Amino acid sequence: MADVTIAAPATETAEQADHSALHRTLFIAMAALLVVLPFIPVVGYPFFLMKVLCFALFACAFNLMLGYGGLLSFGHAAYFGFASYVAAYTAKHWGLTPEVSILLGTVSGAVLGLAFGALAIRRQGIYFAMITLALAQMVYFFSLQAPRFTGGEDGIQAVPRNALFGVLPLGNDTVTYYLVAAIFFVGVLLIYRIIHSPFGQVLKAIRDNEARAVSLGYRVNQYKLAVFVLSASLAGLAGATKAIAVQLASLTDVHWSMSGEVVLMTLVGGMGTVFGPIVGAAVIISMQNFLAGLGAWVTVVQGVIFVICVLVFREGIVGVIGKWLKKPL
Amino acid sequence: MFELLGIPPQALFGQLLLGLINGSFYAILSLGLAVIFGLLNIINFTHGAQYMMGAFISWMLLNWLGIGYWPSLLLAPVVAGISGVIIERLFLQRLYHLDHLYGLLLTFGLALIIQGLFRNYFGSSGLPYQIPAELRGGQNLGFMFLPNYRAWVVVASLVVCLATWFVIEKTRLGAYLRAATENPTLTQAFGINVPLLITLTYGFGVGLAAFAGVLAAPIYSVNPNMGADLIIVVFAVVVIGGMGSILGAIVTGFGLGIIEGLTKVFYPEASATVIFIIMAIVLLVKPAGLFGRTA
Repeated sequence: MADVTIAAPATETAEQADHSALHRTLFIAMAALLVVLPFIPVVGYPFFLMKVLCFALFACAFNLMLGYGGLLSFGHAAYFGFASYVAAYTAKHWGLTPEVSILLGTVSGAVLGLAFGALAIRRQGIYFAMITLALAQMVYFFSLQAPRFTGGEDGIQAVPRNALFGVLPLGNDTVTYYLVAAIFFVGVLLIYRIIHSPFGQVLKAIRDNEARAVSLGYRVNQYKLAVFVLSASLAGLAGATKAIAVQLASLTDVHWSMSGEVVLMTLVGGMGTVFGPIVGAAVIISMQNFLAGLGAWVTVVQGVIFVICVLVFREGIVGVIGKWLKKPL
Repeated sequence: MFELLGIPPQALFGQLLLGLINGSFYAILSLGLAVIFGLLNIINFTHGAQYMMGAFISWMLLNWLGIGYWPSLLLAPVVAGISGVIIERLFLQRLYHLDHLYGLLLTFGLALIIQGLFRNYFGSSGLPYQIPAELRGGQNLGFMFLPNYRAWVVVASLVVCLATWFVIEKTRLGAYLRAATENPTLTQAFGINVPLLITLTYGFGVGLAAFAGVLAAPIYSVNPNMGADLIIVVFAVVVIGGMGSILGAIVTGFGLGIIEGLTKVFYPEASATVIFIIMAIVLLVKPAGLFGRTA
């Protein structure tokens, strides 16, 4: 009897097949939406859309760690911002093509994630959050004090959009938008694949009961470090893409408030859901655009949203919809 | 005048004193964090904002009500503490059955709200606060000039830290507190009002932060952002010291302040990051923190 209950099902159940069919439909719908979005009035500003997509990928990368690994990093701005500096610097001062700049940015995010992750996973829970925040603050101070690399208070402005692969010019926003949309889509698909792989299953097991995962013989720290590096690389990918798309890398990207923003996006959209962070990023960036004239009130509004989400809306927008549909989204 | 390693003693001791002062703030703030964490299992992200509130409340008391430094040294922590009690009753109490991380997120949101409101009202350029008349001027110690107010800050912080340690470790109230930290259910079964104890503890922790804010007001300008960056350093201090011991928090706070001061003299470029680097080293060598108990 015991064998039957413990053994994993050899084939996926009808329910799981149903869920993957739904997810497949949603991904196809998302791809279609990405293609037509620039032509839809009101929201169809490529510049705005690119920003949303970069932050959405950033939030998805963050959610990979929080929602599926149960690890709250409060310093994800470090990987996002540092990668954005690397991409901006290599594009502007070395004249590298966008794909190489973005690749270098992603690699820098991965390296930083490896170093910081190895330190942070030595502690759990609340200490983990504090350590990641402190390490990220170190990156912020470095960026502040290394103006030759980061441009200091000015940041790296007017980052050139060199020709993609050296042949395809990224002259106008619409062309760049499609590059960003492609990167975003591939990034999200990758995250979806990671979540639904055996690796992702072990991650969820660690999230739900770390001691049990250890007793089952999993090397928990290796899994944590792996998801940390993956998340940091994808955050780096988002940051590097943002630097090329928005043509700016600045101190805002490495500041702790950016780390807070990505937490907020994930929380609003629904942590531990595939599509939640995307919705959350769209909501928060739209709100910032909408309230841009109000100055410090934006901070207050964000704080209020934080408090409301934590107190009464912990599932987030997509989490609640998923509950209605009785399907994980 | 003699010189130490090519550094004039004025600069060396001046920075040491400044380090000691920063260290007192680290000590008081990490002490408050540790006390709150012990009982509430919440990392109080609002702590930096509450430190800032302490400074602003004393500024408001002086400029709006004409109440000077000495009364506000007591009044500002009390007012901030009451705001803390309200926050605990209104928000934090609803989160105790959830993952600790929600407490962190909620207090982060509250910090954003408080800092945003103060920035809207007062701007972010900073307001001056005069050193009280009794503490102006300073002593010439021969090797350095010691401003009276700075000496007072170090002494007052030490006294408050040690008093807190005494109350927690040596009095009956402290015994209740330690018992509730160890096992709240059992403590409640002995007829001690644990929810009230929790509320008061949070209020007290907030009061400590505000007290540090009042002390800081005449040294640094009163600024809505003064707590935001400080709290991250204090988090690193807490990671280094571990939150298991009260004396550990005090020693770590002062020690790191001094190390930071010395770094400013010998290698100023690293002064902003030295505490984070020490944190990384401590994590490699002794992950539970210098005074921490392994869970």
